[in-house]
Amino acid sequence: MGFEIRRPQLLAARPSPASAAGEAPLFKRSSSREWEGRAARYFFFLCAALSIFTTVGIVVSLFSQALAFFGEVSVWEFLTGTRWSPILKPNSYGVLPLVGGTLLVSALAALVALPLGLGTAIFLAEYAPDRLRRVIKPVLEILAGIPTVVYGYFALTFVTPLLQIVFPDMIVFNALSAGLVMGIMIIPMVSSLSEDAMMAVPRSLRQAAYALGATRMEVSLRVVVPAALSGIVASFILAISRAIGETMLVTIAAGATPNLTWNPLDSIQAMTAYIVQVSLGEAAHGSLEYNTIFAVGLLLFMMTLLMSLLGQWVVHRWREEY
Amino acid sequence: MDRREVVLKADRLRVWYGSFLAIKDVDFQAKVGMVTALIGPSGCGKSTLLRSFNRMNDLIPSVKIGGSVEFRGRNIYDSSVDPTELRSRIGMVFQKPNPFPKSIFDNVAFGLRVNGYTGDIYEAVERSLRQAALWEEVKDRLNKSAFALSGGQQQRLCIARALAVEPEVVLMDEPASALDPIATLAIEQLIRELSRVYTIVIVTHNMQQAARVSDETAFLMVDDDRAGYLVEHGDTQQIFTNPKDERTEAYITGRFS
Repeated sequence: MGFEIRRPQLLAARPSPASAAGEAPLFKRSSSREWEGRAARYFFFLCAALSIFTTVGIVVSLFSQALAFFGEVSVWEFLTGTRWSPILKPNSYGVLPLVGGTLLVSALAALVALPLGLGTAIFLAEYAPDRLRRVIKPVLEILAGIPTVVYGYFALTFVTPLLQIVFPDMIVFNALSAGLVMGIMIIPMVSSLSEDAMMAVPRSLRQAAYALGATRMEVSLRVVVPAALSGIVASFILAISRAIGETMLVTIAAGATPNLTWNPLDSIQAMTAYIVQVSLGEAAHGSLEYNTIFAVGLLLFMMTLLMSLLGQWVVHRWREEY
Repeated sequence: MDRREVVLKADRLRVWYGSFLAIKDVDFQAKVGMVTALIGPSGCGKSTLLRSFNRMNDLIPSVKIGGSVEFRGRNIYDSSVDPTELRSRIGMVFQKPNPFPKSIFDNVAFGLRVNGYTGDIYEAVERSLRQAALWEEVKDRLNKSAFALSGGQQQRLCIARALAVEPEVVLMDEPASALDPIATLAIEQLIRELSRVYTIVIVTHNMQQAARVSDETAFLMVDDDRAGYLVEHGDTQQIFTNPKDERTEAYITGRFS
């Protein structure tokens, strides 16, 4: 009965000419509302379309310029050559030293970020009392919000000198320092996504484990982490793609020496750092030298694309229902 | 009332969540090899009482306990008691089936592994599944996911999982409330079977179920202060046919719920 009393009040409260005239056309659409709905739809479509067009534009420009490069250098030579010297003669266009540099730094970063990030996530999700969690989470978000150029100079001017105490022969620009700092940089990505995945594991599973006499450690490692594994692995993959694409830090701290090496104390050049170097240099627009950056950029794009496809596959494949 | 040995004994038990008193001054006993049912209206604290027997309430940060709970004569809230150890001796089955997202085998083996079982795990898993009357249905697919089972089978799997660590007491928190009538019947038969070996305390909303499966029944109630308390505890037969307290009679005859 209550709503029957309420209803006329509701209509009366709405300033509409129809109710003022004494009749209330209940379900008639007002044309202004209809227009509003249509406008909103187009606006949101435009928002979505913009990012799609941008992506398509990037891919097209990458491909077309890279195509110009591959007209002169074979894909095979590019992908398998072990010497990268597009500027100094004799010229050589083997991209492996750049790929190696990127992978070396990313691997170092992963070595730091995956265990520490996962450990942080386990602590936050399973151990930390609420009050502590409320302190740690914002701090991690600050860590994630620091501009990468700051991390770059942190590596170059703080971490490298520290490392030189341990390795006195190490040169100033090196993969180790950049890799370690990049690892710290991507910890929040791993920890926050992994924590989300672990928090999504139902409490009932934890209770079941506790009720069987499992310790907190056993509940975390044998129940929660396996149940959240797809999210955790996805966070790993995302963080590694981030490391592969990271530019500023490696440009500043890792050096500009294309160098196919597994020694982290060496100076290297990452793919992104090379692109920066050439785009800031004096290479003539349209020259072979200039076009190398599109070939390298395309390869980089392929690598991160592959990582995110891998991520999607993992999430889909390892999804555990609970 | 039966004069068997008392396994679990609550003495003037009070449980607070923060400043909220959930149950007050509950005296309760569960005797060896018996099924004791906890019945009462919603919010009377029967689940809270059940969870204080294996210290599952400890997992809630704000919980406080007054009075004592003795398990085989020892106060389980004594600082020298390891709740992890305690829980391996007092098992629990929950309201909704909550198997781990693992294989059927690994579900049952979980408790054995975390408790460092040194015997033959396969044998123990088979024994537990047989005890839970599930072996014949799953013996050919032990490595399949537990989620492939029906709700009733999942709940029997959870019972098997609890039995695997050979507890002395099994606590059941409305174990059949999420199941259909046929699965419920299977669980009830299982409870009767298990009572030959285990001491069982079961919370149930369903009074027919309490009457069917239990030897003794405790009736809890709650007043306007929202703190649950024990009204009457006796042989199930007596509680359902000749209750001493008129509030018990009002409840079992359905005058309030």
